[in-house]
Amino acid sequence: MNTSMRHLANWSILGLTLTFLIGPFLIIILAGASNTEYLAFPPEGLTLKWYLKVFTVESFRASFLLSMALAVFGTLAALLLGVPAAYALNRYDLPMAETVRTIVAAPIIVPGIIVGLALLRYMVVPTGVTVTLALFMAHTALVLPYAVRVVSSSMTNLRADMEEAAVLLGCSRLQAFTKVVLPNIRGGVLAAFILGFVTSFNQVPVSLFLSGPGVRTLPIDMLAYMEITFDPSVAALSALLAFMSLAIVFTAERLLGFSRYV
Amino acid sequence: MSDAFVQLSDLTLSYGKSVAVPNLDLSIREGELIALLGPSGCGKTTTMRAIAGLLSPTGGTITIDGRDVTRVPANKRGIGLVFQSYALFPHLTAFENVAFGLRLQKLPEAEIKQRTEEGLATVGLTGFEKRKPAEMSGGQQQRVALARSLVMRPKVLLLDEPLSNLDARLRLEMRTELQRVQKETGITMVFVTHDQAEALALADRIVLMKDGKIEQLGTPADLYARPETAFAAEFMGFENIFKVEGEEIVTTSGRLPLEARPESPILAWRPDAVTVGSGPHEGRVAACSFAGAHREYVIDSALGPIKADAAITLPEVPLGEAIRFDLPLATARGLAA
Repeated sequence: MNTSMRHLANWSILGLTLTFLIGPFLIIILAGASNTEYLAFPPEGLTLKWYLKVFTVESFRASFLLSMALAVFGTLAALLLGVPAAYALNRYDLPMAETVRTIVAAPIIVPGIIVGLALLRYMVVPTGVTVTLALFMAHTALVLPYAVRVVSSSMTNLRADMEEAAVLLGCSRLQAFTKVVLPNIRGGVLAAFILGFVTSFNQVPVSLFLSGPGVRTLPIDMLAYMEITFDPSVAALSALLAFMSLAIVFTAERLLGFSRYV
Repeated sequence: MSDAFVQLSDLTLSYGKSVAVPNLDLSIREGELIALLGPSGCGKTTTMRAIAGLLSPTGGTITIDGRDVTRVPANKRGIGLVFQSYALFPHLTAFENVAFGLRLQKLPEAEIKQRTEEGLATVGLTGFEKRKPAEMSGGQQQRVALARSLVMRPKVLLLDEPLSNLDARLRLEMRTELQRVQKETGITMVFVTHDQAEALALADRIVLMKDGKIEQLGTPADLYARPETAFAAEFMGFENIFKVEGEEIVTTSGRLPLEARPESPILAWRPDAVTVGSGPHEGRVAACSFAGAHREYVIDSALGPIKADAAITLPEVPLGEAIRFDLPLATARGLAA
C-alpha cells in the first residue's frame, strides 16, 4: 500500500470512529430541538421549547434531585470505603488480596440486570428496607470498584517510607495518613469521585429493579416518561445531561489532569 | 558499659518465624559516628529500624540516654532517620518539609521559621525554601531530608545508605558535609552501609555484621589492618585468603610451601602485600590492568588466581608470560578459623 492510500485509510477509520462516537450526541441535540409534537430526526423546524419544558416537568425535577443525591452521597460513601481499602491493598501484604480485588471489581463485571435483580430479591424484599436506602446501597456498591481502582493507581507511587518519615517526625499513623498520604492522592480521589458520580448518575439497569412508586432516578423516570409521552423533551433532557457530564469532565481535566488517573 | 548512650542488650529481631538478628549486644557512645557495615541481609537495616522504633523487637531491650525505649513508639522516641530514598513529602516545599515536625509540635510560628531557616542553612540550602522536591537534584533532596531530621534535635540520627544514591563527586561532598554536621552538632549518628570505603572514611567505629551477628567491631584503622576472620578480611580488601596446613598453603587447585610454619590456620594478603617480580614461586599473567600508581596483576598460580599489585617502576609482564611472586609471611595477616 502506498503512502497516500494509507493516509486515506487512516482518515476514514478516524472519521468513522468519530461519527459513531459523536453522531448520536448530535442526533439527540437536534431531535430535542425539533418543532414537532413527537420525536423526529432530522428535526422539522427548530425550537427551544422542549429544552424549556424539561424544567417544568414535576417528576423530572424530583428524580433529578434523587439522582443527584444518590450520585453525590453514594460516591462519597464508596470513597469512604474505597480509600481505606485501596490503601490497605497497596500498603500491606494481605492474604487473599487478589480475591478481595476481584470481589471489589465484581459490580463492574457482573451485568447490572443481575445485580439489580439479586439486590431486589435478596436484600430489599426480605429485609424490607426502603427503596431510597436500597438505591443508595446499590449505587455505593456500583461505584466502589471505580473508587478502589482509581485511588489505587494514584497510590502506587507513594512509598511506605514517606509515612515512616512522618511518624519519626512525630505523627501518629492516622496523622501520617491525613498529612502525607491524602494530600498526595488528592487528584486520584477527585478523579474517582467524578468517575463515580457520572457512573452513578447514568446508571439504569440496577436502578430499574430498585425504583419504587414515587422513587425513581432520572434515567428511569425518563424511560417511564417515554412510555407515555413521545415528545422531544426526553431528547432535550438527554442532551442537557450529556452537556452536564461533559462540563464536569472538562473542568476536572483542566483542574487536575483527570485523564492521568483513569 | 557505663558510658553507653545507645545500648542494645540481647536484642532479637524477627520477621515472622525467621530471625534476622539474634541476641545482639551493642553500645554506642554519645556523639559517636558509627557505621553498621555488612552485605545485604546481614541485619544492619533491621537493627537500624529497631533503634528507630519502626520494628518491634521480639526480645531484648533498647536504651537511649538512660531510658528504656524498647516499648516507646517511633513517634515518641526522638530519633531522626534519613531514608535511602530521602522520603521527602512531594506535595510540600523544602521549607515545609523541614518545618513538618516542628509544626506537629505546635511551636510558635517565629520559632518554626527560625529553626527551619537555620536547618536549611546548616545543609547549605538557603534560598531553596520554595522548591518542591521534584525541582531539586538528588543531592539537594538528601540535604533537605538531613535538615528535616536535624531541626528536630534528635538524640540519635540514623542514616540509611546515605551516600549510595549519589554520584562519585557528590558522595565525597556529602561525606565531608556529614562529618562537619556531626562535629558542629555533636549528634550521635548511626549509619548503615554495604560499602566498606564509605564506612572507613566516615565512621569513628565500624560494626561489621554478618548473618545478624557482629563479626567484628573496631575503629576503621583496626578493621582495616587487623581483621580477625576471613569474612572481615575479605570485606576489608584482603583479596588473597588461603588455608594453611603445616608449612604449606592449600587450595582446591594445589599447594605452595611457606618459609616457616605460621601460627594461624588462615592467612590473608592484600594485593599490595604480595611480592611481584621476584620470589620463590612462579605463575603466569592472567590479567593486568594499569591503576596509576601501580599495576594490578591476576597471576595464575598453583593455588589458583592470585591478585597482586606491582610497582609501576617494574617493567610490565605481558599476558601469558611467566611471572615470579612471593606470599611472604611478614606481610600476611593471620586469621582465626
